[in-house]
Amino acid sequence: MTTAPAVEEATESAFLAAFDAAVAADSRIEPRDWMPDAYRATLVRQMAQHAHSEIIGMQPEANWITRAPSLRRKAILMAKVQDEAGHGLYLYSATETLGVGRDELLDKLHSGRQRYSSIFNYPTLTWADVGAIGWLVDGAAITNQVPLCRCSYGPYARAMIRICKEESFHQRQGYELLLTLSRGTAEQHAMAQDAVDRWWWPSLMMFGPPDEESGHSAQSMEWKIKRHSNDELRQRFVDICVPQAEILGLTLPDPDLRWNEERGSYDYGDIDWTEFQQVLRGNGPCNEQRISQRRQAHEDGAWVREAASAYAAKHEGGAR
Amino acid sequence: MTAAIALGDDALVLAQRLGEWAGHAPVLEEDVALANIALDLLGQARTLLSMAGDEDQHAYLREEREFRNVQLVEQPNGDFAHTIARQLYFATYQQLMYSELATAQSELEQGGLAALAAKAVKEVAYHRDHAVQWTLRLGDGTPESHERMQRALDALWRYTGELFQPMEGLPVDLPALREPWLAAIGEVVARATLTMPDGPDRTPWAAGAGRQGVHTESFGRMLAEMQHLHRAHPGASW
Repeated sequence: MTTAPAVEEATESAFLAAFDAAVAADSRIEPRDWMPDAYRATLVRQMAQHAHSEIIGMQPEANWITRAPSLRRKAILMAKVQDEAGHGLYLYSATETLGVGRDELLDKLHSGRQRYSSIFNYPTLTWADVGAIGWLVDGAAITNQVPLCRCSYGPYARAMIRICKEESFHQRQGYELLLTLSRGTAEQHAMAQDAVDRWWWPSLMMFGPPDEESGHSAQSMEWKIKRHSNDELRQRFVDICVPQAEILGLTLPDPDLRWNEERGSYDYGDIDWTEFQQVLRGNGPCNEQRISQRRQAHEDGAWVREAASAYAAKHEGGAR
Repeated sequence: MTAAIALGDDALVLAQRLGEWAGHAPVLEEDVALANIALDLLGQARTLLSMAGDEDQHAYLREEREFRNVQLVEQPNGDFAHTIARQLYFATYQQLMYSELATAQSELEQGGLAALAAKAVKEVAYHRDHAVQWTLRLGDGTPESHERMQRALDALWRYTGELFQPMEGLPVDLPALREPWLAAIGEVVARATLTMPDGPDRTPWAAGAGRQGVHTESFGRMLAEMQHLHRAHPGASW
């Protein structure tokens, strides 16, 4: 309280200079380092949203665990959903290094004050959707997340390294699932095509709004939280997917999709941003269902968590 | 390979029940743990059913009356306490049974079963530990959790007698496991400040019925869900 404001300001600007220098030098910012409040807030928002996406993202796939058509596929799917819960845990832990608790973050998810990826508001209607999610949704996630392995915030970057390895594995499994369907019976092929038709555009939306409308982008790039713009990553994803779709023997539902010799990239059609905005506002096909299920699981589990705390309190430092 | 089918069905059906928990657990750590246990069980089921032929044919193309699992594993998940009670009863049984089986020397062709048992015994030790820890926390937690855990133990008790019916082709004296099983359960129940259920451990009509293909009502519905897609595409590969 005795410190003169001028001294505080001087100290603050010295800290800021050190922070900027560290970011410029590609050093990692660690939890005990000074960081601008806005940097902290941006990371909390992004990392929490990322953690929430893993947790909500369990639902569309878990929807098929009990119905998986072979025991091998059932085991793969169970392992995947288990990994997602694990990713959620790493990411909540990484977010906690910024000074917020998991309970607080879950509370924000449950009350709609923090978001999760728009993609998980679409329903899984057939078994092929599990493959399409693996190929397209995990594929888009990896395209987004690989650059995050070099993010300026250390705990986030390290979580991403671990997560990306597992995600790549899931993606290959999803692709292989679709390939099996595509080369299977006529009904299976049709099922695979229908799934790709329904998941293609929502997957492109996972990269976020176009660059000119992306509010957080410039600052995040300056802070080296983000390394590439939304549109850049989206283009990279399209360029990867088109030849993969050819090998699959499936088409992508975009009549404007064609190779552009000049750009050395695929041109693609317009994204329905109205739909994207609707889903973000909570009006997608499954928004209500996803959040209700999450809330229900949390409420139904309250007595279990209370029991665990009560037991821990009774046996603290003791019996076991 | 009737023993492989029976043990395989136990593991498959319980894995299917645990799979229903995905995304519904009380804490994230439990989503991970329950999926982990389900995966172990599914792995056991796949090995066992493969010993008796094609795993998918066994899992997807048999009807209710052909399944040989005990009725305990097909019981609906209920609340978390019911799931834990089912786990406690069953994992304790599996641990005793697989320990015996891992060391069983038989003149019959038991190589496959003994190898499976050697691997499974490590997995089920973890499953049992998980169930024990939660029985303690729920039993000795709050008044509500205590009551729920007691209710779950009581409700599932009637399905435990079937576990100790002799099984053809299994070189394990199952009736002899009953005493050590009772002692192990009794010890946990006491530590959890709960009481051992005192009802019959087998209702008269259900005298070992699961192993004879007579199941409880919810089982058919569980199979309908599990099998519908596979059955809708005869002969397809997945």
